[in-house]
Amino acid sequence: MSDAIFTKIQAQIDANPVMLFMKGDRMFPQCGFSQRVVQILDHLHVPYQTANVLESAELRQGIKDFSQWPTVPQLYVKGEFIGGCDIVTAMFQSGELEALFSEKGIAATAA
Amino acid sequence: MAHVHGTGDDGTTGRGDGPRARRIAAILRDALAPTVLDVQDDSARHAHHAGMRGHPEGSETHFDVLVTSARFEGLSRVQRHRLVHDLLKDEFATGLHALSLHLDVADHA
Repeated sequence: MSDAIFTKIQAQIDANPVMLFMKGDRMFPQCGFSQRVVQILDHLHVPYQTANVLESAELRQGIKDFSQWPTVPQLYVKGEFIGGCDIVTAMFQSGELEALFSEKGIAATAA
Repeated sequence: MAHVHGTGDDGTTGRGDGPRARRIAAILRDALAPTVLDVQDDSARHAHHAGMRGHPEGSETHFDVLVTSARFEGLSRVQRHRLVHDLLKDEFATGLHALSLHLDVADHA
């Protein structure tokens, strides 16, 4: 795995307080797990950026190696790895995700 | 009171009955001594989505796994998932594509 892809991933995480690595994009998720995380983030009205791992074989493998996490989607908040679909869903249902965004100073945008 | 799925002698069961489902159930049973273990093969539901081109029909690629184990005590969600991912790393290396995990210390009420 090249350092270049790690550098690129790190730059995306650094530049975007809420960064989602997913299959497809927020308008057209290409996998039910990615779709669920998009729905949750949209529901909470937080600003976020996505990267589509299906557009780059290097990113698709690179994000797994970078996070030491074998599946996609993967959510980062303020540089911190939060988890995949199951963890994001559980945190949303318990209210922890909203609390995390609030704690990290990520304000919901107007609906 | 543990809610036991199925009728395994040790109170655990793997509901997927393919070879990978059985391996996953055996690995988790040995490593985590779960009070609840449920391995569901969801591959058929995902067989035609974008990421799955190139996988043969009938591949065991998507699983939904429920584990309740005292071994998760004191671990964060991410740490619990990493523990299970690590136990199943050979499965990921050989075509396991998606793993939905529900990992608890105490049983679901």
